[in-house]
Amino acid sequence: MQEGDFFALLGPNGAGKTTVIGIVTSLVNKTSGTVSVFGHNMDEQCEAAKACIGIVPQEVNLNMFEKNENILINQAGYYGVPRSIAKKRAEKYLKAVHLWDRRDDIARNLSGGMKRRLMIARALVHEPRLLILDEPTAGVDIEIRRSMWELMREINNIGMTIILTTHYLEEAESLCRNIAIIDEGKLIENDAMANVVSKLQREVFVLTMRDFMQSPPVIEGYEVRLRNNYEIEVEVAKDQGLNGLFNAISNQSLHVSSMRTRSNRLEELFMRLVENKNLNIKISQQSKVTDSAGIAQEKSN
Amino acid sequence: MFDGNTLLDKTPKKPDLIQINLVGLRTIVTKEVRRVLRIWVQTIVPPAITMTLYFIIFGSLIGSRIGEMGGVPYTTFIAPGLIMMSVITNSFGNVVSSFFSGKLQLNLEELLVSPLDFTTIIIGYVAGGVARGLAVAALVTIVASFFTDLSVVYPLVTISVVILTAIVFSLAGLLNAIFANSFDDISIIPTFVLAPLTYLGGVFFSITLLSPFWQKVALANPILYMVNAFRYGMLGSSDIPLSTAFIIILVAVFGLFGLALFLLRRGIGIRT
Repeated sequence: MQEGDFFALLGPNGAGKTTVIGIVTSLVNKTSGTVSVFGHNMDEQCEAAKACIGIVPQEVNLNMFEKNENILINQAGYYGVPRSIAKKRAEKYLKAVHLWDRRDDIARNLSGGMKRRLMIARALVHEPRLLILDEPTAGVDIEIRRSMWELMREINNIGMTIILTTHYLEEAESLCRNIAIIDEGKLIENDAMANVVSKLQREVFVLTMRDFMQSPPVIEGYEVRLRNNYEIEVEVAKDQGLNGLFNAISNQSLHVSSMRTRSNRLEELFMRLVENKNLNIKISQQSKVTDSAGIAQEKSN
Repeated sequence: MFDGNTLLDKTPKKPDLIQINLVGLRTIVTKEVRRVLRIWVQTIVPPAITMTLYFIIFGSLIGSRIGEMGGVPYTTFIAPGLIMMSVITNSFGNVVSSFFSGKLQLNLEELLVSPLDFTTIIIGYVAGGVARGLAVAALVTIVASFFTDLSVVYPLVTISVVILTAIVFSLAGLLNAIFANSFDDISIIPTFVLAPLTYLGGVFFSITLLSPFWQKVALANPILYMVNAFRYGMLGSSDIPLSTAFIIILVAVFGLFGLALFLLRRGIGIRT
């Protein structure tokens, strides 16, 4: 990862995203490998490396009985920020996440979305060079999600490096410049976001029709499936475009009320990458079998 | 919204770990002391009430029939023991509940992901335990003064023993919390280990009352040394030599500190 990057770490449940983050933040003991944060090797300069990191964990880990302002002041103190400065920072970041008016409340009384915002403020209060966000928008409503995206963009724009783990490709696509995809602890993709998204060769659109349908309409060149009596799914290849689809629909006097892409694109991308990986393994295994068969043949000859 | 000038210092530099640990230690101590004061109804008041009852029942009612023990009235004899008993229970209880609740609520991670050294974290939590132990000791001393005439023969011995004992049991509480995975785990040690050792540790009686065999058995109880050293500081008499008591207390301080540091550095009880 380069400094200043906005980097997405994607993968299905259990892929190892949180474990990777746990290793980088020293919450999980690694079994092998090395971790280096801005040149600080975690094995030799663990404290120096940790001083550069701010973490927003997946699970809420706030002291539920502590005042929100004190949570930030204490966190700053753990990173060596003197109390007088910590108080100013607490005000700055509580205002940034729109929680300043709840500063004297205890964390337990905050809503789920507010707790997540408080955790972001807490991770920023010592002004780290690297911010790690582990599924920060999981379970928060759209409005809060959008405001959190704005916040993340803003802090990245002024140069803070960000790692974001998420289940949503759309979220990663909207925010991140580079992306890594992991599965079962193995890196299966690590590339620029644009390059990875371009690998989505097909996209599935869901069209809501005005009129009742018994069967899916036949549209030449497109695979159409009936979802229910008012919705169809249409698979569109990247080079096909949508004009042909809409021309065909108009010609059949069908009326489309609305259209959306079918989630989850991450799932499609992930399946594609896993399929490719499995295919490569299969091919390499087959070639090994062929090679060994050839060697056996040569030996018998 | 953000001030880029203060937010990011892009010049790579080595973090000042001494400054971080000093400020961090102050932060942990402040947080722990505030916690004790915030929940004073749970932390300060109950031991004062319990000890008042001990003084009324064992001191005034039963004590008047016992007469003297160790050359002093029975109420005077049990006063140092009861002060030590509250120090032991409260220092232990403070650290075990604070550290374990941090584990349970996961907010201990705030400290674990920070650049603080584990030595700093241990000292911070122990300072909180010592603060509560001493606060309760002061309150129980005030209560005791209503029931008997208290004097301090050797102030330095009294103060050093009470502080060192609070440190020992704060560390013991920390070790209990490190290994604990449930609320059961943090109640087993106080109920089945700490309470029997305290009650049999010379709080209410002199070991000279025991048969020679049980006197030898009682010497295996470290709390006996702490109670007697403290009693020596206050009353000037003790069942055991003061130097032995100090050696045992200091060995316990360094041994438990070393063990806690070893466990935390290995990630036992705090990392997966």
